[in-house]
Amino acid sequence: MQRFLSAFGWRHEGAANAALLGLPAIWFACLYLAAIGALLITSFWTVDSLSGDLIPGFSFTNFQQLLADPTYTKIGLRTIGIAAAVTITDIVLAWPVAFAMVRLAGPRLRAALMAMVMVPLWSSYLARVYAWRLILAHDGLLNWALAEIGLPGLHIGYSNWAMWIVFSYLWLPFMILPVAAAVERIPPSLLEASADLGEHGFATFRRVILPMALPGMVAGAIFTFSLTLGDYVTPMLVGGEGSDFIGNVVYANVGVTNNIPFAAAYAVLPLGVMGVFLLVARRMGAFDAL
Amino acid sequence: MRSEALIWAAVAAIMGFLFVPIVIIIAYAFSAAPIPSWPITGFALHWFADTWYDDEIRQALTLSVEVAALATVSAILLGTLAAMAVARMKSAAKEVVSFIAVLPIALPGILTGMALASYFAFWGLNLSFWTIVAGHATFCVVIVYNNVIARLRRMPHSLTEASADLGADAFLTFRRVQLPMMASAIGAGALLAFALSFDEVIVTTFTAGAQNTLPLWIFGAIRLGQKLPEVNVVVFAIILFTAVPVLLAQKLIGDSGRVAR
Repeated sequence: MQRFLSAFGWRHEGAANAALLGLPAIWFACLYLAAIGALLITSFWTVDSLSGDLIPGFSFTNFQQLLADPTYTKIGLRTIGIAAAVTITDIVLAWPVAFAMVRLAGPRLRAALMAMVMVPLWSSYLARVYAWRLILAHDGLLNWALAEIGLPGLHIGYSNWAMWIVFSYLWLPFMILPVAAAVERIPPSLLEASADLGEHGFATFRRVILPMALPGMVAGAIFTFSLTLGDYVTPMLVGGEGSDFIGNVVYANVGVTNNIPFAAAYAVLPLGVMGVFLLVARRMGAFDAL
Repeated sequence: MRSEALIWAAVAAIMGFLFVPIVIIIAYAFSAAPIPSWPITGFALHWFADTWYDDEIRQALTLSVEVAALATVSAILLGTLAAMAVARMKSAAKEVVSFIAVLPIALPGILTGMALASYFAFWGLNLSFWTIVAGHATFCVVIVYNNVIARLRRMPHSLTEASADLGADAFLTFRRVQLPMMASAIGAGALLAFALSFDEVIVTTFTAGAQNTLPLWIFGAIRLGQKLPEVNVVVFAIILFTAVPVLLAQKLIGDSGRVAR
């Protein structure tokens, strides 16, 4: 029997692929893809305001409600804006580390730097957000340090600034790793060619390295942008009054008011934004750099 | 030369930025004060004992370990199968499948969480232990898949062909050739999947009913400002216990610069 199956699989490659992919595909389609489908379907449902029961159907009520209230537009723009700012910040911060790691460091230092990037990446997310909450608090480390060197204290705890800093901090390793991998893939001969043609230092970086590492940057941007876009914990813990993200509205509508259809309708926004982002990223070759 | 020095200075500053919060969290675990403030005035170890004997924390820890273990086991099975299938595919189908496969980690967590919440509501399912496991498995599978597919890409196809030429059937080839070559990648993926599940909070809030995983307990405690010294101890312990598997996984991958998530 085993022999027969094996020979059958060898002759019919499609059948062998289907046998391997079958289980994961069914599981993925029935859970993940079906759930995304359910999100889209329930976004057209409504909730009975008295009983709180779900009313299946097809109505644009949730979307009309979202468009009618400028608060939701503002929250959407804030979320996307901060996600974009974080992505740009992380690209700027990732370059020196990625470049030093791949092009300047020896093997031992390189391994050490790699470990130093991996440990924060995998250290507890909540622990790191919480650490920043303590650092940026009014009587926290930052203001203490500023006072020690005779500078006035800053009031950036619980603000959009705090969210920008903390998100940039949280997702920086996600940018460093793909950028470093992309820089590593550039053949040294290209850099030599550039030097032979009389380009030096920064010109080689700008005209050869930077364009060739673009897929790596886009791959990193998928993570920095998407992770910021879909967060609600960081805004809750380090953001102040009026720093809600899309996620906070979604969370509140599921957990507190139990209005799943409305939350689903608002979640369609990040789905759309990321859908477009991913398709563009794929065109730019970012998926090979993941 | 001068520009090199500038780059190293920037690297030092950025590494400082990455590590200051982690050092702070470690320091606070030993602080005596019941409410964290800076500078730390006194040191104490008794919060460790208090944390150890806290029943809520113990239950949360147990739940987190159970969920992470089950999610990791399903991820090993499904992720490895999917990677082996995709590695064999021809370009067109391969592109589509590999695009869809990374969606659970490429799309925002709030979407996965919200989608699962609507899905369970759609079917009228109550949230339970199993809904948490199902939610975690969605992204854990991708972690294992990513690690294994990266290994398979570098593994020459000629080896499996040689095995077939020598008379081994597909199952024997799998056992004697493919599995040994994939083993460390599967191991690394499993470690990272476990770590990710153990730390996950955004999807979990949407798929957990009344149960608290450890991250949910931490999140609740920070938000309410309760038991902060115990929170300090718990997050210190988590950092300690995640650093080890992560560095181990890094060794197993034996490859630089890949985002494993």
